[in-house]
Amino acid sequence: MDLFVNLLVNGLATGMLIFLLASGLTLIFGLMDVLNFAHGGLFAWGAFASVWFYTATGSFFGAIAGAILTGIILGLITEKLIITPVYGNHIQQILITLGFMLVLTEMLKVVFGPNQLAAATPEWLNGSWVFGDIIIIKYRIFIIAVGIAVFTVIQFILRRTKIGLIVRAGVINKEMVQALGIDIKRLFLFVFIAGAALAALGGALFAPYSGVIYAEMGLEFAILAFIVVVIGGMGSFPGSLLAAILVGLAGSFMAYYVPALSLAVNMLLMAAVLIFRPQGLFTAKG
Amino acid sequence: MEPLLRMDDVHTHIGQYHILQGVSFEARAGEVGVLLGRNGAGKTTTLKTILGLTPASGGRVSFGGTDVTKKRTHAISRSGIGYVPEDQGIFSTLTVEENMKVAMTRETEETRKKLDTVLELFPDLKTFWKKDGGHLSGGQKQMLAMARAFVGNSKLLLIDEPSKGLAPIIIEKVMEAIQEMKQHTTIVLVEQNFMMASRIGDTYTLIDDGRTVQSGRMADLAGNDELKRKYLGIG
Repeated sequence: MDLFVNLLVNGLATGMLIFLLASGLTLIFGLMDVLNFAHGGLFAWGAFASVWFYTATGSFFGAIAGAILTGIILGLITEKLIITPVYGNHIQQILITLGFMLVLTEMLKVVFGPNQLAAATPEWLNGSWVFGDIIIIKYRIFIIAVGIAVFTVIQFILRRTKIGLIVRAGVINKEMVQALGIDIKRLFLFVFIAGAALAALGGALFAPYSGVIYAEMGLEFAILAFIVVVIGGMGSFPGSLLAAILVGLAGSFMAYYVPALSLAVNMLLMAAVLIFRPQGLFTAKG
Repeated sequence: MEPLLRMDDVHTHIGQYHILQGVSFEARAGEVGVLLGRNGAGKTTTLKTILGLTPASGGRVSFGGTDVTKKRTHAISRSGIGYVPEDQGIFSTLTVEENMKVAMTRETEETRKKLDTVLELFPDLKTFWKKDGGHLSGGQKQMLAMARAFVGNSKLLLIDEPSKGLAPIIIEKVMEAIQEMKQHTTIVLVEQNFMMASRIGDTYTLIDDGRTVQSGRMADLAGNDELKRKYLGIG
């Protein structure tokens, strides 16, 4: 029982981290039709920025805010300089965003040095709760809670606000949204920055979870995030949450019970979804 | 009197293709102007060019006396042009209410009044207010698309093939709705169904191979069998 709960909490926490990365990615793809392979770089920058801000301010929330601010600034620069010139051209998007991913990774080494950095967990989130044989690490529960809170807030924005309504409409039919008088470029910029901020938040939360961060971490998580977007359905926000949890749990349980399959399980999940439901578990487009 | 919409020798390229090669026509306030021509003549592209969805590569489009040729789609729309595309462009996973709200994001006293008018014109919409757009019938989708375009402060409505794929009884209802809307706004219509076009159109513009070949009063075209045979394959 204790093992099951530990694997469950671990899987859910990993799933929430992947969700924070994938949620931005799925909205960016669904609305803007942009394949952003640089998204993982924003995740890594969020992690490094949070460690820097934590060291500078001593405040965990200061670190989170600093990481989100970094994500917003990098998101703005990326959309304006990298993405805008290649709207509508997938091949160019893949090439330029992959290239920019490498630039972001190397820039981390230039700014923070080539070595791994240690990331501390704040005192109040350190340690664990013990229920009989079950040990629950506090920080993992914190990540799960943040993931649920982010999902709830974004669902509220998408379902209950004007901007959310326009984003949902834009995912279904961009041309019609413009024809109804909405400036799609401003909407694209807003969604891209929001996605970048979520990726940076994911990176900031990942740093204490992992204990060490390194420049290439973005690419590893970006691959998982792309798998999640495909499984969940491109453009579907709830789909991303469900798929991220599935991927997190599958990774956690397989790593313990069938370690040889722990890396392949995500690919197998994606292949199964593509065979039986090519549009993904959920679909945002009508 | 200055026409509400005017196209002067407009050219449009889509990729490497030169689709519009000289389209000119005018739409006068309070009238229904119909664009006629065979499949592939350039009628839909003409509507999309007016709205900037396929921007003009040459010539001039002016609306209300202002040059809108180089403006972006949302700005052209905001200046008072509503659009009902051939596929109706319904946001299928949004409710009827939400579909309408997307068009009313800049809600004003005027748009609220227009909403009241539109619900009088299309009372069925109230019945389906909370239903997803994707679950409506073809005729209901057409009504919703026209209502949505109308409510967004439109001085001019561009409607692309409103009768396409609809049963004759529904076409009759759509025609009645367009005639009602004509009391409130100017309409430019693309229509393959000549019977429908001739009943509701005040003026016509014949387009062939991306060029305007003739314009005039609809009553004159109705009696010109040679023109109808040559460019529309009827008569």
